[in-house]
Amino acid sequence: MEAFSILAQLTDEGAKAAEAAGSAGFAYGLAAIGPGIGIGYLVGKSVEAMARQPEAAGMVRTTMFLGIAFTEALALIGFVVFILIGL
Amino acid sequence: MSAELSPTDIAVNAAEIPAVEMQISGDLARRGVIASPLIVGAATVVWGLDGLASGAFALALVLANFVLAALMVSSAARISPPAVMVAALGGFVIRLGIIMIAVLLVRDQQWISLQALGAVIIVAHLGLLLWELNHVSISFAHSGIRSTHP
Repeated sequence: MEAFSILAQLTDEGAKAAEAAGSAGFAYGLAAIGPGIGIGYLVGKSVEAMARQPEAAGMVRTTMFLGIAFTEALALIGFVVFILIGL
Repeated sequence: MSAELSPTDIAVNAAEIPAVEMQISGDLARRGVIASPLIVGAATVVWGLDGLASGAFALALVLANFVLAALMVSSAARISPPAVMVAALGGFVIRLGIIMIAVLLVRDQQWISLQALGAVIIVAHLGLLLWELNHVSISFAHSGIRSTHP
């Protein structure tokens, strides 16, 4: 009986760990959706701006690259939460 | 004969523009090296020797991420504006995957501290970007003036 209770305890801990990893992975997936939409919108508008004003393309690309990096920070924060909870 | 620009004209024009992304990523890498003693030192103070190794690894990861992003976007910009779109979105997924694989490979090492790794990734990424943003905004506001500060 004692062996069964130990086994049940281990299984319970394993299930909790699996639940935590699954939830963290799901949260990371959700956290990556927002920046993905943001980067798509940002780059789309930048391409539009470069098409309208090709002479300003250097400035647009500079701002676009910094914008991409800032938006990506949101996904990185989601990733950090994932590695802290899920790994 | 229309005086409007055709898509080909825009592509040619885009090819003539210097790779500003590479300049920015070069600046970010240089500033990352300058700030590395401070960032890694702070991680060492808080998390010990594990923090030192993890902080250095995280900083290298952040700088490699910037350089890879710049390489992808500037290479695509030489082709055409739609290629920039592909490189930006595809690169986002690819770079997140690379970072995840890099962290998964080292997560069970003795020297790794996941807290230090996560903290340095966020602080270094945002800190270096804000530093570069300050520099770029000064350049935009006063074009022709280049700051002598790093």
